[in-house]
Amino acid sequence: MDTDRRSLLKGFAASAALTVIPAEAEARERKTAPKNAVGLLYDATKCIGCKACVVACKEANGLPPDTTGYGGGLYDAPQSLNASTKNIIQLYEEGNEHSFVKKQCMHCIDPGCVGACMLGALQKREYGIVTWDPDLCIGCRYCQMACPFNVPKFEWSKLNPKIVKCELCNHRLAEGKEPACSEVCPRKAVIFGEYHELLTEAHRRLAEHPDLYVPKVYGEHDLGGTQVLYLSHVPFEKLGFRFGTDQPVPETQQTVTHAVYKGFAAPLALYAVLGAVMFRNRKREGSEEEPPEDSN
Amino acid sequence: MHAHAQPIGGTLLNRPYKVILALATLGIALIVWRFAAGLGATTALSDGYPWGLWIAFDVVTGTALACGGYAMALLVYVFNKGRYHPLVRPAVLTSALGYSIAGLSVVIDVGRPWYIWRVPLYFWHWNLNSALLEVALCIMSYVFVLWIELSPAFLERWGTGEGKVARVSRAISPWLDKVLVWILALGVLLPTMHQSSLGSLIVLTGPKLNLLWNTAFLPLLFLISCLAMGYAAVVLESTLANWLFGRPMETKLLAKLERVAAWGMLGFVVLRLADLAWRGHFALALRADHYAVLFWLENLLMLSPFWAAFGPRGNPGRLFRGAMFLVLGGALFRFDTYLVAFNPGPGWHYFPSVQEIFVTLGLVALEIAIYIALVRQFPILGALPSRRPAEAVHQEERKWLNAS
Repeated sequence: MDTDRRSLLKGFAASAALTVIPAEAEARERKTAPKNAVGLLYDATKCIGCKACVVACKEANGLPPDTTGYGGGLYDAPQSLNASTKNIIQLYEEGNEHSFVKKQCMHCIDPGCVGACMLGALQKREYGIVTWDPDLCIGCRYCQMACPFNVPKFEWSKLNPKIVKCELCNHRLAEGKEPACSEVCPRKAVIFGEYHELLTEAHRRLAEHPDLYVPKVYGEHDLGGTQVLYLSHVPFEKLGFRFGTDQPVPETQQTVTHAVYKGFAAPLALYAVLGAVMFRNRKREGSEEEPPEDSN
Repeated sequence: MHAHAQPIGGTLLNRPYKVILALATLGIALIVWRFAAGLGATTALSDGYPWGLWIAFDVVTGTALACGGYAMALLVYVFNKGRYHPLVRPAVLTSALGYSIAGLSVVIDVGRPWYIWRVPLYFWHWNLNSALLEVALCIMSYVFVLWIELSPAFLERWGTGEGKVARVSRAISPWLDKVLVWILALGVLLPTMHQSSLGSLIVLTGPKLNLLWNTAFLPLLFLISCLAMGYAAVVLESTLANWLFGRPMETKLLAKLERVAAWGMLGFVVLRLADLAWRGHFALALRADHYAVLFWLENLLMLSPFWAAFGPRGNPGRLFRGAMFLVLGGALFRFDTYLVAFNPGPGWHYFPSVQEIFVTLGLVALEIAIYIALVRQFPILGALPSRRPAEAVHQEERKWLNAS
């Protein structure tokens, strides 16, 4: 038997053991919305697509108009969320079926971006609002990779780029006002409120007009739940909500990471073993000759 | 320990070297441009594809190709296979360069690099859930560890003769020798940690990652593949260096390394297929789309060294091809996981810009340039048998250069 191969396969197995543990680990507990959580409830059946919320958002957050794709000083409303647009109304149309849909940060109950962020620049802070701290961000964009809604945007054209995303007008909340988008909405298609009250209100509307709605509150369970909730008369996947899973984005990765790194015990143990083995090998080196190489 | 390693000497600034330097210079110029004009103006990155070539290739694939130092340290220092000792120093040099270049790529890629120092120092802000934090801290430390692992080569060279440098070098050497074992242990621990974390890192992209690649076993798959790629990279690098400098081949040792790599990759493919079946997504591998094609291409390439490794001995060409295909397969697996399997949704596209491609090429060229300069000046490659004097080797080298 080739001793090299055998000992090396053992090596693969030993290193494997360190990462295999997660297979047996218990999944981490699902999170619930914080007690004082606030959010939005958007009802697509009420929205008339006036985009007053888009303009109000830009004003409230000091964001410039988006002129991408238009020349000669002419521009239309932005086409999607981008580094100068934290909130947008999009139109879905297919045959006779159409609907507007509002997009902004969903303020996930268990956000991928927060799990991703190295120094916690992105965090669920007061009221469960996901906010960004410029002092702790190195611009790695892992939050963008991790967000299932593609919400965080990066200022690609700037030399000191920031992450731009809806922070539920937390600067206005501090002044006792509500978010700009819900404040200006002429049809109350988007309303601001305490998360649990919004959820109750959504279910009340579903029960009152079952004929009007797809029987689902999007965000109640989706991707672990979001503090922005949606009601719609067209299926949610047609409005760009691609994922039907209830699993929070960070669940699998954190289950694996926690299993391996719990209390940092496994890495420390491995280091001690490696150090001891190498120390022993080095002591032997002087006294023992390497066995002669086998013939193959 | 490395009494047999010697600088190979010879002329540095020959024609191929000038070509390599030109490529490296172009890359550096483009890096300057990136900092002057911003990421948007120089890359094809977007809010849908925020990570591109620099992360998927330079960091995720590049550090795996630079796992020779890790793989050889495991073999020589942990499993005590002293006969592979001559292969350790060149492997550690390649690793030190590969990881340094990966670190440089991160600095170029992030948008606010002037805050990078806060990642290791703001420890009270550390998000211990972040796999990227773990990768970042591990890679930063590992770069230092690798250069310390390599430092005896520098001290040996500087420690000859008289003068201040020589005296200091000789004073450091015994002290370094004492602590080296604990550094070497770190040199095995850190890559075990961050190479597996590179797997868990991308698992966080969750539903955006194609199910052929997205599995909780990704950390293990990344760890196995980096070790196998590490051994294969040593085969490639050793064969290339010996051929380039007209030195005798270390075929016997390399054949053993390649067999280990091949077995590792067989384990990888078996685990991967079993996991796919267990997750109930095997049908995805049987579809006629580019995902399935890439999936099987990765697996086949990774298994390809079997014919070379177990075929007739003593053929460095076959060994080289086997290692090359294995490395290609492993590289494709990593590249695909971070780029091709990642789907941010309709409307997003990414193909690296010319600048991105030439920065990557430039950094690879820079790595090769420094490698050649260092092995000529410092005792890194194993010494030649005494019957082949250095002058004869340099003559062969010149012959090869004239022919090319």
